[in-house]
Amino acid sequence: MNTTTPAQTTSMYDYDSAARTARSQSLFIVTSLAFLAMLRRDLVIARRDFIGNLVQWMVVPAFFLFIFGRVLPQTGAASASYGALLLPGIVAMSLLMTALLNVTLPLVIDIGNEREIEDRLLAPLPTALVALEKVLFAALNSMVAGALVFPLAYLIMGNAYQVRTGAIGTLIYIMLLAAFAGASLGLTLGTAVKPEQIGLLNSVILLPIIFTGCVYFSWSALDSIKWFQVVTLFNPLTYSAEGLRGAMTPGLALATLDIRWVLLGLAGTIIVFLSLGIKGFTRRAVR
Amino acid sequence: MTERTKDTTAVQQEQALPGDRPTPSNEDGCAVEVQNLVKRYPKTQSNAVDGISFVAKRGEIFGLLGPNGAGKTTAIGILTTGVLPSSGSAKILGLDVVANPVRVRQRIAVVPQKSNLDKRLRARELLIFHASYHGVPRVEREARADRLLVEFGLADRGKDNVNHYSGGMAQRLMLARALMHTPYVLFLDEPTNSLDPQSRLFIWDRIRSLNQQGMTIFLTTHDMDEAEQLCDRIAIMDHGRILVLDTTDELKKLVPGSTNLEDVFIALTGRTLRS
Repeated sequence: MNTTTPAQTTSMYDYDSAARTARSQSLFIVTSLAFLAMLRRDLVIARRDFIGNLVQWMVVPAFFLFIFGRVLPQTGAASASYGALLLPGIVAMSLLMTALLNVTLPLVIDIGNEREIEDRLLAPLPTALVALEKVLFAALNSMVAGALVFPLAYLIMGNAYQVRTGAIGTLIYIMLLAAFAGASLGLTLGTAVKPEQIGLLNSVILLPIIFTGCVYFSWSALDSIKWFQVVTLFNPLTYSAEGLRGAMTPGLALATLDIRWVLLGLAGTIIVFLSLGIKGFTRRAVR
Repeated sequence: MTERTKDTTAVQQEQALPGDRPTPSNEDGCAVEVQNLVKRYPKTQSNAVDGISFVAKRGEIFGLLGPNGAGKTTAIGILTTGVLPSSGSAKILGLDVVANPVRVRQRIAVVPQKSNLDKRLRARELLIFHASYHGVPRVEREARADRLLVEFGLADRGKDNVNHYSGGMAQRLMLARALMHTPYVLFLDEPTNSLDPQSRLFIWDRIRSLNQQGMTIFLTTHDMDEAEQLCDRIAIMDHGRILVLDTTDELKKLVPGSTNLEDVFIALTGRTLRS
């Protein structure tokens, strides 16, 4: 095959053109191929877990929508229009929490005990991109979870909510920002939390996020509880919920946080926690 | 036109990388080149790797022999881009592991001591995804996965989740995975530790045959038998340092009257390998 080489031993490299071609490509191509392959891996697993994920994505928002969007208004404990205020909050919660948990839970286990992620860390791409792939996939995944809340709301609350179709573009990009904010936060948590601390996640991180995130009330309604109103500003869920309120509810004057603050809050969350998360991830991955 | 010129140059530069394709001129070159390598983990009192220097030649089976805690795994970690050295340098096929980790990863494969198989995937998928991380085209990676599953006696277990794999099977699968992108240098960290005798002989056999086909093998072991059976040259390591480095026969000559490497190790350190 290779006539210029003296025939000593047959080398497997003589016939392995595939591996040789892969090695001679530019770093950009090598890296992109590895990145795409990792997305494909996550997709294969997500498809396998689809039914389980679907149930998980629907159960929590379905209960919230049913109790707060239907039972409370019908029993007179909440006003009939409460659903309009609630739905954006539930969509935001679903997006942010799905994205967050989608990064955090596998990462804590992967990087902590099992090191299952090692094969991906040994793939030919910069370590930071392995983290970015996790964030990207979780964000896209949670977009599906977030979108699912709309048909659920229709089934559970009927006409008690409205979506302003004129602002559908705004709606989508705020959903995307909320998803990436959740995933970025999840990356930081995933690299900071130890496997044995995972039980604390629920009570110490998730519940506080949900209850200080303006899911069940709008931000300006907190005018009378100033300290709490300030606390909510440290929560990306506040910006997500208020942003979606602005995009979804026309004329109801529910949106109380200016869209510019919303964008600043979400972009800030993404920048801060993505860089912290990548730093933490790299430190854990390359010792 | 300019585009094409640029492309050609890029490819030529790639081909000129010292790491690729053994040719008569660089056949005796270095596969692994380590100089004054030091690693101290944060918050520790001593160096895990304490200033080691050595060269593993292309095409040889090179062994790091030493007791647990000698720094072997850390050394392999640095060479395979998973651990950053505190000082010193390490090159794989002429490529610096710190400056050029992506290019290094393309050319090496690692079989770790503890299973790190991707448990979310089935065995065959796991092989195929590994190859696709490394840019091996679809048809090729599928054919290769099937071939390796047969070769490693796992053909009827390709659809199994790897959770159900025994220790020996997991070890074989990790070795198969390592071969999916045809590395030039294969790193094995305690490859037969805790395997039954039969699996152990199987792995030894595979290692020899890969080496005969031109693959450089770098392994660590605390098993002198393994070192003696497999390695062309052995570096004896203890407390982060390399005490001696030579062929088995030469090592035995160091200590008059020694019949095996254990004797050599005891003479050098005053204790046994397994202590």
